[in-house]
Amino acid sequence: MAQSEQELLEQLSERAYPHGFESDIEQEIIPKGLSEETIRFISQRKNEPEWLLQWRLKAYKHWLGLKEPKWPKLTYPPIDYQDISYYAAPKSAPVLNSLDELDPEIKSTYDRLGIPLEEQMMLAGVAVDAVLDSVSVVTTFKEKLAEKGVIFCSISEAVHLYPELVRAYLGTVVPFTDNFFAALNSAVFTDGSFVFIPPGVHCPMELSTYFRINARGTGQFERTLIVASEDSYVSYLEGCTAPKRDENQLHAAVVELVAMDRGEIKYSTVQNWYPGDKDGKGGIYNFVTKRGLCKGVSSKISWTQVETGSAITWKYPSVVLQGDDSRGAFYSVAMTTHLQQADTGTKMIHIGKNTQSRIVSKGISAGRSQNSYRGLVKIRKSAFKARNYSQCDSLLMGNRCGAHTFPYFEIHQPTAIVEHEATTSKIAEDILFYCTQRGLSRESAIAMIVNGYAREVLDHLPMEFAVEARKLLAISLEGSVG
Amino acid sequence: MLLEIENLRASIEGKEILKGINLNIPSGEVHAIMGPNGSGKSTLSSIIAGKDGYDISGSIRLDGQEILDWEPEIRSRAGIFLAFQYPVELPGVGLSSFLRACVNERRKYLGEPELDASAFLALMREKAAMVELSQELIRRPVNQGFSGGEKKRNEIFQMAMLEPRMAILDETDSGLDIDALRIVAEGVNKLRHAQRSMLVITHYQRLLEYIIPDRVHVLMDGAIVMSGDRTLALTLEEKGYDWIRAEQEVSS
Ligand SMILES: Nc1ncnc2c1ncn2[C@@H]1O[C@H](COP(=O)(O)OP(=O)(O)O)[C@@H](O)[C@H]1O
Ligand SMILES: [Mg+2]
Repeated sequence: MAQSEQELLEQLSERAYPHGFESDIEQEIIPKGLSEETIRFISQRKNEPEWLLQWRLKAYKHWLGLKEPKWPKLTYPPIDYQDISYYAAPKSAPVLNSLDELDPEIKSTYDRLGIPLEEQMMLAGVAVDAVLDSVSVVTTFKEKLAEKGVIFCSISEAVHLYPELVRAYLGTVVPFTDNFFAALNSAVFTDGSFVFIPPGVHCPMELSTYFRINARGTGQFERTLIVASEDSYVSYLEGCTAPKRDENQLHAAVVELVAMDRGEIKYSTVQNWYPGDKDGKGGIYNFVTKRGLCKGVSSKISWTQVETGSAITWKYPSVVLQGDDSRGAFYSVAMTTHLQQADTGTKMIHIGKNTQSRIVSKGISAGRSQNSYRGLVKIRKSAFKARNYSQCDSLLMGNRCGAHTFPYFEIHQPTAIVEHEATTSKIAEDILFYCTQRGLSRESAIAMIVNGYAREVLDHLPMEFAVEARKLLAISLEGSVG
Repeated sequence: MLLEIENLRASIEGKEILKGINLNIPSGEVHAIMGPNGSGKSTLSSIIAGKDGYDISGSIRLDGQEILDWEPEIRSRAGIFLAFQYPVELPGVGLSSFLRACVNERRKYLGEPELDASAFLALMREKAAMVELSQELIRRPVNQGFSGGEKKRNEIFQMAMLEPRMAILDETDSGLDIDALRIVAEGVNKLRHAQRSMLVITHYQRLLEYIIPDRVHVLMDGAIVMSGDRTLALTLEEKGYDWIRAEQEVSS
């Protein structure tokens, strides 16, 4: 007869990581260690203007006085910041004008990741910026976007081509004083994407960046800045993978979004960094600061994330609702297996009148993992008639994992309406029997039930990526059960 | 013989629920099981379908093959279908994608090619019409927000989609109004086939006016205490189960 559910779920959680290959690309890597010299080196390599170097140095000095946050429900050995290399770049020409110029080995890396850089992208109508380790390798579809006046390029390029824009917004949503990892990122960030949508423009295609950590012993510190002007719209997707390594690698990104009057930004992430093996060896430490500012009236920002990877996730994509009538949303699926730990959630800061926010968080824990939702809803005195709705569900698979919910509410405006719902459930045996009675294996039944559970969030992803995310959730649960 | 059950005993948590059941259903026949609440009807159906968690002895054979050690999904693919007394909801799992996966599993098992999307959709429309299940319901997650009657009709719809060899209907009639009952019964009658057998479990003889059984068995306290033709159902309705209890006492 069927094995006990416990046994099965444990086997299911022993999944293989399909993106764990390493590419043989000639790299320029600086020696490990962090000092003013390191920062000067990075800035010089990138030929940066003086103001940016000074900004980095200020961030670095500030960082020196900070300590890693200890409040998350995460346990990991101390990170030695001197044992990381802060710059790794492919040796062949980093900035390209066409795909033909791309190093064939880099191209095959992206092919193996299943990133359809060429024809498929044309069909899907997606523009891609690919960041390998620290450097942006190629940005497709530049011309088509340029026709509409949309700027989509690497942030290093933007520093040279659009210095005023970068200078006007960089660090305005996430200042380097924000937190330990944001300060570190500001000091050493190497690349990332820059997007500017001019007033009245509905961006004609999905914009997308794939991040890949390839080099050994390096950290990745990318920085993304997206500005949606008045009456504009953009949908942006970020995907991430990394090779299988038995060392832990640090990823500390910062993403800043700014939406002006009636501007709208949809930011979607499918995060599949290497999570470590079933004994918890290796995997990415993911400490990320993502924040959007609804600066203008009736502006909208939404974060949709599907998090299946990383050994450790520390991430709270937030929205500051400053403009009156602005809207913020956070839709999240966080799946943890083996010994993964995730402490993720959001912050919704209501400042403007009639601002509304919505939080839908779906945690899935398997194996011996720990999955925490941490959310803050803050309604300032000025946020007359603000509204928030939060829903936090946890699904437990087996009984050695943990799910935790930490909701915080700070309400300073009596006309505000805040609703919060939370549930914790297991996959019931009678539901599994119903599925197997109809011919599905227990494994595909579980995958289907998990996808159903996550559906409300997946429905917010752009179509092509929803399909990808659905597969990813199923693969992440795949084990040795045939 | 399509289904043969021999001296089937089952207990759960030390409590014996089925106490030596013998039942043979030839191909193409419809058998009914009647019995009071708690007599073991649902337990019998679950065990034929392969539900885990019972201590079982005896034998269940499908087309002569012992199936007691088969997983439920293998039994399903081999043609056993159970219309549940209490169908569960599958939040967020679309009925059509769910059924497509199920139908293709069965086809794979039978060595038939998988159905492509358009062939599958056409099949779904046809079968849904048979039990008057609206297109709107088909687009919803499995049983989510369905009324009691819609859930039961959905079970018959799934049976029609999967074209089983051996269909077990566990109190599909209970909770249905007369119109819904007629729709379900007509659906079931359309599915009667020389290569398909059915085991219809019911409380009331009412259903058996629409679905005419070849044999009627009475299950009481975990054992089949009487079998007969369709007139047994009428006698039971008239005289009640106490009559059988009395008969049994006389004979023992
Ligand atoms: N999981 C279980 N644990 C303990 N007793 C059970 C369980 N399932 C059913 N029973 C008992 O077995 C008997 C038969 O139940 P069931 O098969 O549901 O009867 P019916 O369908 O004929 O009403 C009842 O006495 C019921 O209480
Ligand atoms: Mg019953």
